[in-house]
Order: sequence, then C-alpha cells, then structure tokens
Amino acid sequence: MNNFVDKVKSILTNLALSLLSITIALIFGVFFILLTEQSPITAYSALYEGAFGDFRAILNTLWRSTPLILTGLAVALPFRAGLFNIGAEGQLLMGGFTAGVVGFYFTNLPAFIHLPFAILAGMIVGGIWGGLPGFLKAKMDVHEVISTIMLNNIAIALTINYGINYFRDTGRQATPRILQSAALLRFNDMADHFIFGKIPFIEIFEQPGIRLHINFIFAIITAIILWFLLFKTTLGYEMRAVGHNPDGAEYGGINASKGVILAMFISGAVAGLAGVGEALGTHLSFMAGMDAGHGFTGIAVALIGLTHPIGVIFGGLLFGALAQGGLEMQFAGVPSDIVMIIQALVIFFVASLQVLKVYLAKRKAKGGVE
Amino acid sequence: MFKKVLTLSVVFAFIFMVVFAAAPEATSAQETRVGIVLSTGGLGDLSFNDAAYRGLQRAESELGIHFDYIEPADPAEDETALRRFAERGYDLVIGVGFQMSDSLEIVAMDYPHVKFAHVDEAFPDILDNVVSLNFAEWEGSFLAGALAALVSETNNVGYVGGVDFALIHRFEGGFYQGAKYINPDIEVQIRYADDFGDPARGREIALGMYDDGADVIYHAAGGTGTGVFEAAEEEDLYAIGVDSNQNHVAPGHVIASMLKRVDNAVYETVESVVDGTYEGGQNLYFTLADAGVGITDLEELDVEEIQAYEDGIISEDELEKIREMKEELTAPHAAKLAEIEEMIIEGEIEVENWGEIGRPDEL
Repeated sequence: MNNFVDKVKSILTNLALSLLSITIALIFGVFFILLTEQSPITAYSALYEGAFGDFRAILNTLWRSTPLILTGLAVALPFRAGLFNIGAEGQLLMGGFTAGVVGFYFTNLPAFIHLPFAILAGMIVGGIWGGLPGFLKAKMDVHEVISTIMLNNIAIALTINYGINYFRDTGRQATPRILQSAALLRFNDMADHFIFGKIPFIEIFEQPGIRLHINFIFAIITAIILWFLLFKTTLGYEMRAVGHNPDGAEYGGINASKGVILAMFISGAVAGLAGVGEALGTHLSFMAGMDAGHGFTGIAVALIGLTHPIGVIFGGLLFGALAQGGLEMQFAGVPSDIVMIIQALVIFFVASLQVLKVYLAKRKAKGGVE
Repeated sequence: MFKKVLTLSVVFAFIFMVVFAAAPEATSAQETRVGIVLSTGGLGDLSFNDAAYRGLQRAESELGIHFDYIEPADPAEDETALRRFAERGYDLVIGVGFQMSDSLEIVAMDYPHVKFAHVDEAFPDILDNVVSLNFAEWEGSFLAGALAALVSETNNVGYVGGVDFALIHRFEGGFYQGAKYINPDIEVQIRYADDFGDPARGREIALGMYDDGADVIYHAAGGTGTGVFEAAEEEDLYAIGVDSNQNHVAPGHVIASMLKRVDNAVYETVESVVDGTYEGGQNLYFTLADAGVGITDLEELDVEEIQAYEDGIISEDELEKIREMKEELTAPHAAKLAEIEEMIIEGEIEVENWGEIGRPDEL
C-alpha cells in the first residue's frame, strides 16, 4: 500500500516538475518574442489555440506526435539496455522508403494483404537497419553511436538520393503515389469504414483538415507492448540488467549479446514504423524531407519521457503540441526562428529540471538517515 | 519539498492561464490579403523562396496589399498552413515548391472560392481555382549556352546538372541548343552530380571539365553549383550561374546568370487578383517574352551586384572586378544576345523543351 502511495507521489512530482519547467521556458520565451515586437500574449494564445484550441487542433496534435512517440521509443528501449541509438533517423528513412515502394509497386494485392505487407516490410527493414549496429556491438564491440551515425548517412544516400531518383516518374522529389490498398486508415475516413463505421458518433472525425491516422493508435500500442516487454518479461529484465552492468549480467548467466541485438532490432523496427506511418498515412508516398529530423527529436523525446515507454508517450505529445502550436504562432506573426527557440527552451528546461529531481531524491535519501 | 514544488507549479500554471486566457483576435481591413507558404529551406535560400518573397514585398509597396508568410519546419505542415490561410479568408494563397503540389490540390478542393497559386510544378488536371506558375528555363538557358559559346576560346563548354530528371533537362537542353546555335562544332560536356547540395562534387566535376578543355561551365545544380564557381576561381576560367543573380559569388569568374523571375510571376499573379483579372485553371509558363526568364545584364552592373556590395558581401575591388569582366568579356556579345533574344521572342528560333520531349537520341 505504502509502495503505491510512493509511486503516485513520484509520478506527481515528475508531472509537477515538467509543468514547472514548461512554464519557466515560456516565461523566458517572452523575452525572445518581445525582440520581434510582437505581443507575447498573442503569441502564446496562438500556441495554445494551435495545439489544443479546438477538436481538430487536438487531433492534429496527436497526429504530429505520432512519429515522435515512435522515434522516442526507438531511443528509449536501447537506452535501458545501455545503448545510445542515434540511428532512429536512418531506421525511419529505411522503413518509410520500403513501405512507400511496396505501397506503389504491387498493384493487384487486396488491401488486407497489401497494407500489412507494406507495414511489416517497412518495420523489418528498419529493424535490420537497427539490428546491424546491435550485431556489430555484440560481436565485434563496434561502438553503436559511430555505427548508427554512419548508417544514417548510408540510409539518406540510399533512399533520398538514390532511391527516389530510381523510382520517381515526375519532377516531384518523391516515389510514385501509393495505392489506396496500402494507405493507412485516416480518422476522417472512418465513418465509411466497414468496421469502424459502426462505432457510434464516429462521424465527428469526418471534417476537412483532420490528418490523424491510425498509426497513432499503433504508436500507443507499441508503447504499451514495450512497457510490458521491459518491465514484465524475463527478456526485458535481462535487457535492463545488461544496461545496468553488462559484466554483472553476463556473470549472472544472462546472454548480453542476445539482449543487445534484440533491443536494437526492436528499436529499429519501431523507428521504421514511424517512417511507415509518414509514408502510408501522412504523405502517401516517400518524399524527400519527410523525415524532418524526427529521429533526432526522438532523442529529446526519450530523455524527457525518462526513457520509460509510457513517459515517452507524454514526451511525444509535448513535442507534437509544440510543433502544431508553433505553426499557429507563425500566423500570429512570430517568425519561425523564435518558434524554434521557444521549442528549444522547453526542451532545455525540462531536461535540466530533471537534475533538480535527482537532487531532491538525494536530499530525501539523506533525510531518511536523520 | 514535494509539496513546495507542487504548489509552486500550480501557482505558476494559474498565473499563466489568467494572463494568457483572453486572446485578442487580429482583424484586418479590406485590403487584399495574400498568404504564402514557403518550401522547407525557407528564406535565405538565394533561390525561389527569396524571389517569391521579393515579389510580394514589391506588391506590398506598389499595390498596397498585405501579406503573411509561413516557413514550415516539416513538409507535413504544408497542408495545415495552406488550409489555415484559406480558412482565414485570405484572397490568394501561394505554395512554393514541388513538395507542396499535393497539399495545395487537397486544400484548393476544399476551398473552391479561395484563389491559389503554385510555384514551380505543373498540374496534369489543374483545378479552377489554381494557377501554376512555371518558367521556360529552356529559353533562358539557350541564352546562357549562346553566351558560353561566344565567350569560349577553346570551343568547348560544360554543363553540370543537379539530378538527372525532367525538370533539370530543361536547362541542359536549352544550354546545348544555344551553344550549338552559335557554333555547330562546339563540344558540350554534360555531367550530372546526382545531388543539389554537394559543392565538393560540383568542384570535382568542374575541374575535370576544365581539364578536358572547357573554359565556360553552366550549372543547374543548386548548392552543388558553388563548387563549380570555386573551380572556376581556381583555374581562372569562367562559369554561369542559375535561378537568381549569382555573379557576385565568384566575382570576375561568373560571367552571367540565367534568371528565373519568380518575383515577377508572383507579383503579376497578385496584381491579377487585385484588379480582378485572375483566371484559375491554367498552367502558366513565364517566358523570355514576358521577362519570366532571362539573363543578367552583360554591359552594366546589375542591381543585385550593387546590393551585394552595399550589404558587405563583396568588397569594392570585387565589384570593380565584375565591372571589368563585363566590359571586357561579355559586353562585346551583348548585341548578338539581344538579337537572339528577339528571335526567340518572335519565334524565329524555336527552343525545344527537353524536359517534355526528352533528350535527343544521338546524345
């Protein structure tokens, strides 16, 4: 029972700290907004309106969060196993590219085969792109930071530079449009769907400009699966043990290389799913620039989410809201550079106040001794 | 301590909500309002984003319109940004760049009463409320090719393309035809860098071409072209710039630039909305005849070059270098080029668009 109270307390402290740091960041942001001779009130109300102002804004915030939650998870899981995956960007590109190609290349598959095939192909290729550095790390002790960065560059060259040019048929710097049979279900098409259409009130999603698609649901499910994997299974225990102390884990009879390779493979597949969602749900093709640095933002998302799969969901939502609301700030006359500074301030303060938390925990530990 | 943090943050959050709850909504007068969504890369690209922005600035001062712009950080934002402009009742919504064509079409379908314009991509089935602004790059490149052939002493010129696809073949074809028009025996070296952002590659390709005897190289390769200019400086030979005036990038070595007047096209579209002559549903091509494409001044200094000096980008010596180069190298050919330009406009010279018909088989 006491254990439960402690847990709730610790979650609340985390939430309060995050809220506090976001507020401090926004207060600092005021100075930058004043530099542009805009009213901070207008700017921040636009940020709020853009991210949560109405039903559509909220759903689009969820939509922008989707790839960030997934890349956040792709960084968080290996982090628990003591690995720093900088390669989510490349894994996302490989996954998205594969899904995009499968999406237009196979022209006569029914939807119930085509779509799962495209998703799985994207996830597996992403997984291989993540598993490879895991394998190198486990078998040859190649540092994963170096190998994932290099694989990012190779992925960019393979997909954006070479892949698009190989497949494209117009001036558009993208692969051809995917077929309807490979498209992820969008929320505003749900009313016409043969299963989801039966849900009462589903037609509230049927309005123009709602861009949320089913990959958001997949992202949440992925987070829950990873939480279960990490904290409720032997495999997850082994991964975390390797993360704490690889030698100790090995001594205790845990196969460290298996944990390392698996963690990186799963992480790559999850990042691949982020790319799959962007290709099959958002852009309906694999397009140059669609990665938009999500793989790197994922690092910040994972750290803000304390590398806990459920925390990462919230981290992703925060970044999604900043992205979605940031666009609205531009409409209020705040230049995009200032919007970026404010987003960076939020990251900075959320991350640095985590230090305060560690300090608090230490003090509490001391207090316990007294 | 836990309590303190909690109280503190609740207080902060409360203050925050009270202060920012009431949002004054900006309302505007009856002036024509134009919204533009730039392509990722945004302002400062020295190419069509900047050019489109210049066109709107001119429209603001000369036509008294109001404009707002958005620089999306992620192509996924394009559709949302275009839609927000349309929802807010802007009179004209402009999207820049190939990546926006899909989003613009979707939004234009939802807002049939809002006028849209798209820069740099033709639509196969264009909607009634969209105009697409395209440029006859092949005509401008023809002039670049002719100038290169006139200036060349080795009878050997080069072309560096960014990526080998239809849009960039327009430049290649124009340049090739222009050079051959002046001298049917001239050798035209053609290479592609497969990248728009790799100056080192551009430099290597250009050095190779100079080595093989070329003395003027034209590029249509975006950032890769900077490498071509570097090579021209190293070898003390010549290059031709593209899209906007790049003559100041390597003063004295960039003998001219092929201009794509996105600013004029945008300005004219805004003007058509202001005076009510806007007509949607067309893929417009801006050509030599309406100053949509062209070449920088061959005799006198251009406004942009003087601007670059005033902005401190180049020194007075470098400005002087450009002036001297124009006097010695290109001014003698100005009359001939003006004549060719006139002939293209009159239809006496027909420049083929290789982007459409493809590269001839013998190449």
